Amino acid sequence: MSLLSVKNLSISIADKQVCDSLNISFEAGQIWGLLGCNGIGKTTLLHTLCHLRTEYEGDVFVSNENIRQIHRKDIAKQIGIQLQHTEDPFPSTVLDTVLTGRHPYISNWQWEDESDLEKAKAALDIVDLTKLTERAVNNLSGGERQRVTLATLITQNPEIFLLDEPNSHLDLHYQIKLLEHFAEYAKTHNHLLIMSLHDINLAARFCTHLLMLTGDGCAISGPIDQTLTSENLTQTYKHPIYELTDSVKKVYIPA
Amino acid sequence: MQKAVPLIITLVFLAALSFIAAFSVGSISLSLEQLSIALFSSDDDISQTIIWELRAPRAYIAFVTGGLLSLAGLLMQVLLRNPLADPYILGISSGSSVAALIAMAAGLSGYWISGSAFAGALISILLVFGLSHRNGSWNPSRLLLTGVVIAAGWGAMINFILSTAPDKPLRGMLFWLMGDINNITPEPASFIVLIIGFIVTMIIARQLNILSRGDLQAIALGVSVKPLRISLFLLASVLTAFAVIQAGSVGFIGLIVPHMLRLIIGSDHRVLIPSSILLGGSLLLISDTLARTIVAPQQLPVGVITAFIGVPFFLYLLNKNFDRNPVK
Repeated sequence: MSLLSVKNLSISIADKQVCDSLNISFEAGQIWGLLGCNGIGKTTLLHTLCHLRTEYEGDVFVSNENIRQIHRKDIAKQIGIQLQHTEDPFPSTVLDTVLTGRHPYISNWQWEDESDLEKAKAALDIVDLTKLTERAVNNLSGGERQRVTLATLITQNPEIFLLDEPNSHLDLHYQIKLLEHFAEYAKTHNHLLIMSLHDINLAARFCTHLLMLTGDGCAISGPIDQTLTSENLTQTYKHPIYELTDSVKKVYIPA
Repeated sequence: MQKAVPLIITLVFLAALSFIAAFSVGSISLSLEQLSIALFSSDDDISQTIIWELRAPRAYIAFVTGGLLSLAGLLMQVLLRNPLADPYILGISSGSSVAALIAMAAGLSGYWISGSAFAGALISILLVFGLSHRNGSWNPSRLLLTGVVIAAGWGAMINFILSTAPDKPLRGMLFWLMGDINNITPEPASFIVLIIGFIVTMIIARQLNILSRGDLQAIALGVSVKPLRISLFLLASVLTAFAVIQAGSVGFIGLIVPHMLRLIIGSDHRVLIPSSILLGGSLLLISDTLARTIVAPQQLPVGVITAFIGVPFFLYLLNKNFDRNPVK
């Protein structure tokens, strides 16, 4: 039984076709990289996978249950998404922001309890923000704010993690460290991780599978050893990409 | 949570103090002793009359109106994700005033004026939100602009009605417009509306916390955004309408109060909701006590006092907001 699957999924925005009759089974323990040019529809696809976007043809199944039949709060327990943009119109602390990840698990009259607080603090520890717990989120740097967003997702603790450009604003150290954490976590807990990335070499390093959106509704998908080729990449990015190989690993560079 | 309890206790004391001040200050001042005699025994006839016939109803109206406006402002700010939202600034209060003025000019009175004010508030809020909710998306800046322009439109309507109105009801109209708590019989309905509003918003308080972080994030965390928005929209309009029915258009309370509280305790609505009601009530009650004493024996409409505090405050907020987000 696949954790998440799409059947005949077609999505279009205005006159643009994101995908056309797409069929993929995302299995537990897999790490998927979502590649494609700017504006090709990576975000739209991720939003569709967690039912943030509801206009599409075909079906999305979460553990074989149609996502249209699942209650919002239950979707949030199974699928978590890190969004590209965050809004902080009102003052709020880092800890309070991360605690919002517990929302799907708490009923209306209840307050967050000790265990929720522990989960939030553990997440802040993973992203190295323990020292900034009481800081206001709107005073953080871009990279720190991105780590708060990722910590919120860790606190939400779903089975399916969708990351939309998790590396934006992050420095090199945190790019590697946090992707390593998510990849490791997905493998050990048998969770599913799907992330859109712009760095092919990071995709090559962490992903087990790739989904490349090449435009006009076309897509290439499959295990990374079958899909990660310079031809596919060139087709995806409409830009020649070369593969350099030494004895240990392959590196991809744009011409 | 730890910070919330002392804050709420402080605000309860503030509310009690503002009631005591409102009961004892005025053309005839009452000492605390006289006050307690008047409140708790039946000997002193004159003080009792002053308190129960004059000052208590007025204090009740001021407090409840303040609570209603603060809660309405708080909800609108979440709805628009903008700290500048307020029933007065978005033109909801003026829309309601126009309808009430038309009723006054037509020589109607009592429930007709209240009913018209209520209808006016609803029409106005539908107009503002409807016009800015095109293309399926809410743009807070667009909504604020729409609100400001619609408020200007209502302003012109008000001037038109005032210029053409007969002399006799003119003074009453003017005072009511400026936000006047004088000479109005208290409505128990408004208190009930405030209590219902409080209970309902407390139930959805944590959802408000999530909603204020954006629609997408709220949906992703399991909030059913559409029904929540619709109920917020209805709640805010009902709260505003009842405030306007009672005291005309009193400005800025819904803006100042939630903002001050956010600066003190952050943006957790489970704390913001009760504290906004308490602080809003106290602030309007204190303002009203000032309004009827600083130029005694003349009385000012309370809207004058709140505007004196509110306008500089709004400008400061606007300035700070633009500093932080220069692009918007």
